[in-house]
Amino acid sequence: MVYVLCAMLLCVGIFGLISQKNVIKIIISISIMENAVNLFLVVIGYRRGGIAPIITERIYEGVQFAEKAVDPLPQAMVLTSIVIGLGVMALMVTMALRIYHVHGTYDITEILKSRKKAEQ
Amino acid sequence: MELLLIFMLLFMILAGIVALWTDELLSAVIAVGAVGIGTSVAFLLLGAPDLAITQIVVEVVALVLLIKVTIGVGVRTTSGTPSPKRLRLAAAVSVLLLLVMVRSFTGLPEFGSPVMERVDDAPSIVYLEEGLERTGSANQVMSVLLDFRAYDTLGEATVIFTAVFGALVLLRKKGKKDREDADGGEDEE
Repeated sequence: MVYVLCAMLLCVGIFGLISQKNVIKIIISISIMENAVNLFLVVIGYRRGGIAPIITERIYEGVQFAEKAVDPLPQAMVLTSIVIGLGVMALMVTMALRIYHVHGTYDITEILKSRKKAEQ
Repeated sequence: MELLLIFMLLFMILAGIVALWTDELLSAVIAVGAVGIGTSVAFLLLGAPDLAITQIVVEVVALVLLIKVTIGVGVRTTSGTPSPKRLRLAAAVSVLLLLVMVRSFTGLPEFGSPVMERVDDAPSIVYLEEGLERTGSANQVMSVLLDFRAYDTLGEATVIFTAVFGALVLLRKKGKKDREDADGGEDEE
């Protein structure tokens, strides 16, 4: 159920990526997809009733820490992925700003039309 | 717990649909902010406090960036709706992908039993058992990030440096060629 909902969120992002014409909306779709994938990776490492992988005591309710904590590896990798996502987002936003300064619009079909006119 | 997570995910899907549906760009930006904050709360429920903190910071910065390119340049609405042909294509592709993904989920373990338990000598188990002795860090996520897999973090820093560098190059007002053309380059910064 949780997996399917993550996949649905990813599909909302893909739907927007294909259908939208506005550059800002496309950036928003990519951001939604990114969130869905990050969440899915963390969900895979989750243990039912698990605690955060931070050692405060060695033994919890008679169970070793390693048998109680959730998986730290996907979390570390997703942390990297979130920060890289911000960098990529900043790059995409500056590209969109550049497009706006050159063409005066965010609409990709209008940009294509004006380019065709310029070529003729 | 699981119910709360499902509720959070439904909220995020709803916010994502609103972000794509609305014509107002400011509403779309705020809705995508809601998706990000929902992700943060879900991380907190899944036992990942470091990720929740990072996600909130990233979301705030992303919101500021997106508002800068929409309201900052005076664009408030999208021009025109997507054509029905485009919408049908997008719906077909995303539904097909959803079916493929749902089918592939049958190979995964149930929600709540991590993959690391299925593999003998999984690295995650080693990190959890020996992380404190080998790195001296109580937070095992940080011991993986900064010690066991420090080269990944170095690569991350490289990617961020490249992205920031690219953004700076795109944002500069005058190219080198223009500056040479403008007599003698008197406007050096």
